[in-house]
Amino acid sequence: MKLLRLFFVIFFIIFPNQIKAEEGDLKNKITKNLRCLICQGQSVYDSDSEFANSLKIVVNKKLDEGFSEKEIYKYFEDKYGEWILYDPLFNKNTYFLWLLPLLIFLIGGAIIFKKFIKKHQ
Amino acid sequence: MKNKFNLFLIIVIFIFIFVIFYKSLQDTNIYTPSVKINNEIPSFSAKLLYSDETVNSQEIFESNKYYLLNIWSSWCVPCREEHALLMDLTKEKNIIVFGLNYKDTKINAQEFLNELGNPYEKIMFDKDGVKSIEWGAFGVPESFLIYNNKVVEKYIGPLNKELIKKIKLLIK
Repeated sequence: MKLLRLFFVIFFIIFPNQIKAEEGDLKNKITKNLRCLICQGQSVYDSDSEFANSLKIVVNKKLDEGFSEKEIYKYFEDKYGEWILYDPLFNKNTYFLWLLPLLIFLIGGAIIFKKFIKKHQ
Repeated sequence: MKNKFNLFLIIVIFIFIFVIFYKSLQDTNIYTPSVKINNEIPSFSAKLLYSDETVNSQEIFESNKYYLLNIWSSWCVPCREEHALLMDLTKEKNIIVFGLNYKDTKINAQEFLNELGNPYEKIMFDKDGVKSIEWGAFGVPESFLIYNNKVVEKYIGPLNKELIKKIKLLIK
């Protein structure tokens, strides 16, 4: 019984903190992927400008309202265009960007594979 | 045969890379915000600066009327410069000027208006800058020309005489 009580105490101390920590992580992750539009080369997370601070508040609000990470990105993209996202979304303008590394990897792999087989023969 | 193919491949790759680099030479890497116009006005509620009345953004803008929403602040120097032009714009009958006070204090905002005049029919208060984000604004000053509940034009930075001329032409 004592053990059970101890377990509950520990559980309730740790669990809410855990949730808070995860929320903070998600907020940081999102703000790190948002570009501070008025201070080039900095993410919203890094910047302390008025614009970035407002954006951080909005991200917090949206998370509280139950928005998912993707929905938050979509929200900001609608307002400011795709430039605000550090990770560009997968669409017809960015197919090439996303697929090129994969293509290079496959070609490289094929060359190595071919050489490997040649050596063994 | 194989050598020829390899040479061909190398040339193709070279041309391909050259074209990409050449094209990117012409692209400026300075970001100019894409002005998203003809967007519906955002829906949000805000407190008015001088009363505790809360207004909804979609209720205060009537259709078939021109509105200029100006984001301003008492601490913003360019706002001071464009203020006379806003005062001038209020003489036009076809346009109503609304203000969105950005990250300011009520006392400072009041002093600013006492000194330079109040061109705004309504002033919404945006203490933490969240409402401006709803409008897709970057900072102060910024103005939006609204008609039929749509943003027709967006002006980033202070208004100047030419822009005011353009606005006057548009609303006629």
